[in-house]
Amino acid sequence: MRLQEAFSAAVLDSQQPCPRGLVSRNGHVESRFAVYRNNVQKGLINALAFSYPVVARLVGEYFFQEMARLFIKKSPPDSPIMSTYGVRFADFIGDFEPARSLPYLADTARLERLCVAAYHAADAWAVDPQVLARMLKVPESLGQLHLQLHPGVATLDSPYAVADLWAAHQNEELSQGLDLSLPQSTVVLRYGLSVEVFAVRPGYTAFIRHLQSGHALGPAAEHALHVDPYFDLSQALALLITHDAITDLSPAPEISP
Amino acid sequence: MMHSSTASLIAPRISQLPPRAGLGLKAEHFKDVLESLPDVGFFEVHAENYMVAGGPFHHYLGLIRERYPLSIHGVGLSIGSDTPLNIEHLQRLQTLLARYRPRVFSEHLAWSSHGPHFLNDLLPLRYDLSTLQRVCAHIDQVQNTLQRQILLENPATYVEFDQTHFDEASFIHEVITRSGCGLLLDVNNVYVSCVNHDRDPLAYINALPLHAVGELHLAGFAEDIDQSGQRLLIDSHGAPVDQAVWALYQQVLECVGPVATLIERDNQLPVFSELLAQAELADCYLLTTRERT
Repeated sequence: MRLQEAFSAAVLDSQQPCPRGLVSRNGHVESRFAVYRNNVQKGLINALAFSYPVVARLVGEYFFQEMARLFIKKSPPDSPIMSTYGVRFADFIGDFEPARSLPYLADTARLERLCVAAYHAADAWAVDPQVLARMLKVPESLGQLHLQLHPGVATLDSPYAVADLWAAHQNEELSQGLDLSLPQSTVVLRYGLSVEVFAVRPGYTAFIRHLQSGHALGPAAEHALHVDPYFDLSQALALLITHDAITDLSPAPEISP
Repeated sequence: MMHSSTASLIAPRISQLPPRAGLGLKAEHFKDVLESLPDVGFFEVHAENYMVAGGPFHHYLGLIRERYPLSIHGVGLSIGSDTPLNIEHLQRLQTLLARYRPRVFSEHLAWSSHGPHFLNDLLPLRYDLSTLQRVCAHIDQVQNTLQRQILLENPATYVEFDQTHFDEASFIHEVITRSGCGLLLDVNNVYVSCVNHDRDPLAYINALPLHAVGELHLAGFAEDIDQSGQRLLIDSHGAPVDQAVWALYQQVLECVGPVATLIERDNQLPVFSELLAQAELADCYLLTTRERT
């Protein structure tokens, strides 16, 4: 095994032996090699804790570190861009036996990942409100309108009230009074420079996902009504418009090359 | 096309940072900087933090870049890697440098990736001939792609390797002579490594190609002991600059004259005014040096 290969395996996995070929002035290489092992593991644990602060608070520091350590061993980063590290963390948490007693933990991680992605998403500017108003005033063509949403807009449907849980943790409130067993749909977006999280009716997320996959306004609204008979199109549009989330409007579908 | 080292293209010592103290720019301090516009010589950012599509990081860096000289410091190129450089990463870097046009771009004499995996730490190299050739080839590739001289930072290390052909300072000397890159002299790393390996810091510094120094780094370390009870210093970037490192910095300035100096702090981040006070202290050292020379 080449030196860097052995070094790399041994820093990621504390059970692996210290690589051969190391020396120190007093012959004690293990405690010195341990500095690298500690730096690598701590650095990656901190990167995960930075992206998943609510998950970290829910399970406590010790549990989070041990869970993260196992994740790191299984899925080390494949990019030097640390803000993208952990896209598979939520799936890992979902399969992590010791976290079974917190069934909402994996979806909490999914929501936090969407927040990080929204924070760093590409910049795009809201469509001119006058153009928007003009287009929305023509009811006969309204259904064929295609809306381009801001790249930071994302949705999550969970069997647990993770948006409420997330919100409680932003304000340092205790989450003990929350009924987490209720299903909840969530919209994440970046408004100006801030990421915002909204607990919404399931029709909203169905509507947004349909728009994002290229459907026109009419079919997207029909789909949302099918999912949620109480879906209110004007309220859903109001949420998007008031948060600068509609970045383009076109009467015909965009033709991709 | 055969292409050789970029050494001949690039004159030594072309750092365009002012000979002042600068600060590492952290997201926590974006607003402090823009609201107070402190008298700081330059700001430095980690390249990889800004390899994102949009959002607040680019918003604030764009505004700060309009008001201050900028230096970009990479932590992810893995120049010492025994596998090829990540081309995609190098291209992202090229895009970032084209966008922000920093006065200086620097990287490390270390490796941080193996195969597909990035380890997020600066790992040590065996200083032998094959490492020398590899490091120089990688620096050539980087300098040719970016079309600019880079500065290479000396590492903080905790172990050494058997079968080395060079001591670290001679290795750095060779790399700089062959590749034409400049030197980012991290004074804290010199102190940390010299304590850890029982070397004389001044002798180490004097063996470096000091004519190529384009920037200095100062940071704080953490202290541990190894199995035999000997001091083991760790480059933590989590504490104020130690008194011993300030003293060494003074000696470095006497050798190299006033050179742009960064106060690095990445962990246990204090309030902005505390970092500013460290920069002001470094500025005092720089000013005294200027007066003397």
